[in-house]
Amino acid sequence: MNEIAQAVGGKILGSKTSKLLWIALIGFTFMAWRFVFGLGPVTGLNDGYPWGIWIAWDVVVGTALACGGYAVAILCYIMNKGKYHPLVRSAIVTSALGYSMAGLSIVIDVGRYWNLWKVVVFPGKWNFNSALLEVALCVMAYVIVLWIELSPAFLEKWKAGSPSALQKFAAKASPVVNKLLLPIIVLGLVLPTMHQSSLGSVMIVAMQKLSPIWHSPLLPLLFLISCIGMGFAIVVFESTLSCALLKRPQETHLLAGLGKAAIAIMTIWLILRFADLIWRDQLATAFNSGWLTFFWLLEMLTIILGILLLLKGRTNPATLFRAAMLLMFGGALYRFNTYLIGFNPGEGWHYFPSVPEFFITVGIIALEILLYIIIIRRLPILVGVHKHRRL
Amino acid sequence: MTLDRRSFLKTIGTTAALTAVGTAASAREHVEAPADAVGMLYDSTLCVGCRACMSACRTANGLEPLKEEGGIYDAPIDNNGHTKTIIRLLDDNGANAWIKNQCMHCIDPACVSVCMIGALKKDDHGIVTYDKDRCIGCRYCQLACPFNVPKFEWDSATPLIVKCEMCNHLVADGKQPACCDICPREAIIFGDYNDLLAEANRRIETEPDRYNPELFGDSEGGGTQVLYLAPKNISHQDLGLPDLDDQSIPELSETIQHGIYKGFVAPVALYAALGAVMIRNRRQGGER
Repeated sequence: MNEIAQAVGGKILGSKTSKLLWIALIGFTFMAWRFVFGLGPVTGLNDGYPWGIWIAWDVVVGTALACGGYAVAILCYIMNKGKYHPLVRSAIVTSALGYSMAGLSIVIDVGRYWNLWKVVVFPGKWNFNSALLEVALCVMAYVIVLWIELSPAFLEKWKAGSPSALQKFAAKASPVVNKLLLPIIVLGLVLPTMHQSSLGSVMIVAMQKLSPIWHSPLLPLLFLISCIGMGFAIVVFESTLSCALLKRPQETHLLAGLGKAAIAIMTIWLILRFADLIWRDQLATAFNSGWLTFFWLLEMLTIILGILLLLKGRTNPATLFRAAMLLMFGGALYRFNTYLIGFNPGEGWHYFPSVPEFFITVGIIALEILLYIIIIRRLPILVGVHKHRRL
Repeated sequence: MTLDRRSFLKTIGTTAALTAVGTAASAREHVEAPADAVGMLYDSTLCVGCRACMSACRTANGLEPLKEEGGIYDAPIDNNGHTKTIIRLLDDNGANAWIKNQCMHCIDPACVSVCMIGALKKDDHGIVTYDKDRCIGCRYCQLACPFNVPKFEWDSATPLIVKCEMCNHLVADGKQPACCDICPREAIIFGDYNDLLAEANRRIETEPDRYNPELFGDSEGGGTQVLYLAPKNISHQDLGLPDLDDQSIPELSETIQHGIYKGFVAPVALYAALGAVMIRNRRQGGER
């Protein structure tokens, strides 16, 4: 297999990709509405449910699904499995995009976005009791780290271009970036460890409001472990899909290894999840809480089924792909349950996302996919690309 | 292989251990009311539901009365972005009682604990105040508050968090909060927190047939600076107050957060450990 990353090529916007652009534009139109009229008229949010799908889905699930870069980096750099290196760059692209879109969602969601800069600029005012502050600072820093990690792809492209100021800049910047890369990569391992666990800690303060099926002192650990499992799953998903669409040879031999790692990680998660429920004496609650039980069972069963599929047939690309989707879904549901389904502020409060709220989320996802396609078409990201195949 | 596995386990182990430390660390110290604490005492048995307090609150805090469609004048069904206090009636099988809702000014408030750059703070008197210039509108305070007190201006493009600040602008001038000032029955009174505690207990002791023996706020949720007396045979939960332990709401979350991030040692140690592993891996040529 050709080990050098290449741009896929093709038009920046084809007929399919321009559809994505339209979906994104619809979302952005609703976004403008939100900024003019405030959050009330545009969303289903209220004083009982202050956080909706923009936080639960776009930020909490979105960043966990963007943990591919984190998971593969652990494998590559810490466990020293150099053979996974071909997967790193595309994993970093999905991570950089996923985290950037989460950042965008936060700007849309917070009411007083023009004060956001103060969070960065006034360290003297930081309230270290706030898990959310830790998340905010780490996520901002990690977005920067991810784009620096991705910058060699840009620099390689510019260096290879025709002589220009950009080419000169790329030639000069490359060695600097290469020197910086090691400490940056380490930062890229520490930051997700911090904020993915803190995303779990955020909900600990919801003492009475979050169902005991999900409320636990172990939330930070459970969030951290599951994000690594989801990271492996998303890399399998993304790689399988892009290989199929671009008619590149499947990287099953590599992906099966990720599947094996995911088995270990998610099994540890399952054991902890059950041990925690038993230790807190809430297993019975989990089984007789009406529709909460349904969501809990769905969460458990998708993850158990995902692990079983991986155990049975991870060398088969189709089985591997299905298992990855199950783990992504199960991990996403665990987060969604913790932030929304299991959250009950008291009698009389209801939340369901409004149509504009939903379209903004869909628009952001469309934009993310669109940017991914543009990046792999223009930048050397994927390995083993056949230039004549077009997405 | 053993090396790889060891370093992998080190990574997972370090973080697991750190979280465990957080969980196992001795709980953060119990917070007491400040020496100069002020408070309010609401006596449900005295309240007649005239809602003069709601009207006075609007005037004192510059809040516009609510004008609903159909000409209904100022009848909010809950505190909201325009309403900082409200009187409700419990009317359940003949049991009849009034309840006034506003910020409880917790001794150890969850909203203050979670607020990222300190828009919500406790002042010297223990009043929980709001500074809009430090608020980014993340609404974590709303999620954290067990009383659902902080409200958000959902219909504004430049929204604020709205909650009772015990008329701290009046208190600073030596006056008392507008609701306490106007109440014709002294159902809500303002004063030194410890005096109010003593007064509430005195009422329960002298008139056991009139009052529920439980005083709400002396210990619930770590204690609140607004205290509630309920009529005999009506529980505070019947009146809509949550059933809270004596542990304050942020005690567990802060214990865990402090355990993990104490002195910022853990993240630095993790950085150093991972950096060392990476450099060694690079030397061994595992990386391309």
